Amino acid sequence: MDRIPILRMGDLLLVTIQFELHDRLVMAMQDDLMRLIAETGARGVLIDISALDLVDSFTARVIANTAEMARMMDAETVLVGMQPAVAITLVELGLSFHGVYTALNAEKGVQLLKKIRGPLTGESSDDTAGE
Amino acid sequence: MTPPGNERVPIQSEDDIVRARRIARTYAQELGIGLTNQTKLVTAVSELARNVYVHGGGGTMQIEIVSNRGNQGIRLTFEDHGPGIPDINLAMQDGYTTGNGLGLGLGGAKRLVHEFEIESWVGRGTRVTIVMWA
Amino acid sequence: MAKGSRLAEILRNYEADLLEDWLREQRASGTLRPELLSETELRAQSREFLNAMQQAAQGGNLTDITTPEWKNTRDLLARISSIRASLGFSPAETATFVMSLKQPLFTRLGKEMDGQNLEGLLGEIWTVTTLLDKLGLYTTEVFIESREQIIARQHEDLIELSTPVIQVWKGILAVPLVGTLDSARTQVVMENLLQEIVNTASDIAIIDITGVPTVDTLVAQHLLKTVAAARLMGADCIISGVRPQIAQTIVQLGAEFTGIRTKATLAGALALALRDLGLTIQ
Repeated sequence: MDRIPILRMGDLLLVTIQFELHDRLVMAMQDDLMRLIAETGARGVLIDISALDLVDSFTARVIANTAEMARMMDAETVLVGMQPAVAITLVELGLSFHGVYTALNAEKGVQLLKKIRGPLTGESSDDTAGE
Repeated sequence: MTPPGNERVPIQSEDDIVRARRIARTYAQELGIGLTNQTKLVTAVSELARNVYVHGGGGTMQIEIVSNRGNQGIRLTFEDHGPGIPDINLAMQDGYTTGNGLGLGLGGAKRLVHEFEIESWVGRGTRVTIVMWA
Repeated sequence: MAKGSRLAEILRNYEADLLEDWLREQRASGTLRPELLSETELRAQSREFLNAMQQAAQGGNLTDITTPEWKNTRDLLARISSIRASLGFSPAETATFVMSLKQPLFTRLGKEMDGQNLEGLLGEIWTVTTLLDKLGLYTTEVFIESREQIIARQHEDLIELSTPVIQVWKGILAVPLVGTLDSARTQVVMENLLQEIVNTASDIAIIDITGVPTVDTLVAQHLLKTVAAARLMGADCIISGVRPQIAQTIVQLGAEFTGIRTKATLAGALALALRDLGLTIQ
């Protein structure tokens, strides 16, 4: 079965969704992500959906649940790159991503994670501030 | 390259849901429907096709090009022969779910399109018709 | 009455004469607008119409113009009608194109039937006049439809022009809304703003409603949806220019503005946005 590739960068897991989603594929991503968080002790997850021209209620719910599960394992999730038409549609559907951070692009997503989590490993910083 | 005006797509698997979305997108693009309304339409298709597959035990999506006073639109009819919906008003409410974690998404789908109609017969099936104008 | 009409035969036999008579009739009608439509074009259109009508009339059906054999004639009239609508002709001037064919046809019918068969002549005239009336009404119908499309398009253009999205600082956008906000316009504003947020990677958008006379439930809801959509994308909105009456309306309408940052002035919103980005004005 197809899998959505997940990239590891230090304390971060990067998921880039590049093709149209089957329900199975979304569920598989959730499983893979949870397993990788457990294996790597990742503290942040970045899900890039800039290539998606459609997010329906099923996909939205799985993403929201994934973020909640990740938080229970001490990893914060940032959803990045949502297209305007997708955002308008989700608002009209009445869906919100409670507890999911959002950012305009991957770069801003990483910045946001640093702000929330403090410096991530692999970053050149002696600053120990965090929450 | 205009698509034929009338087409019936089976919805019997998850792959069919994806296919139904793609076909609806192609028609919407051909009619010159704007990107936001295209996205709304295709999302509604995803919700309704999933209903047909998950709750209705499979069915079909029929596509028609309709016109009104020179304005063209796309009409999609989703039909299944599943258990039907006993209380449509209840099913149209947001957050309504049959308990397996999948909301019906009917209320949401209605807000995404210009016209929405639902008929259901308990024990015989459900028919949902939506229209999006260009 | 249409039975055995000689229309098709007359159209075929006297094509050239009819064309000249008809063109003379059209020129005399004072509805030609030579500044809009050249003589050559008019002649070409008229000839094409006579041809199409002759083809259609051969089928013998002179009462129902919605049938397939009249399709060419209808398409031609639709084309002529919409061209004239966009050129600025009036509906009456456009319908005259078809109506002015009556006189030449009646004259020709009169000559052909030689006065010995008055009843037959009246029948022919009745058939032809009903047919041309239908075709004339058809041009008017198409004309109005084309006009409506032109108006709709201009309306859209106007909306686009009237809602500019401005980058006021790196990372900060502003949309000054002026005038009445209807549903269609708010949707366009929303789409433009969100697209600009992506294009410029701006973290904050200021929606200034100083120039909006009233805010009703629908407009309040649209504003809320815009803010919600921007947040899903990872940007935040500040609504500025909230005057006392608008604040009262929003609260009385019960719109859920909780959690949305509002400011009385655009300057106030800008200061807040700059602070968000960690910037200060010296």
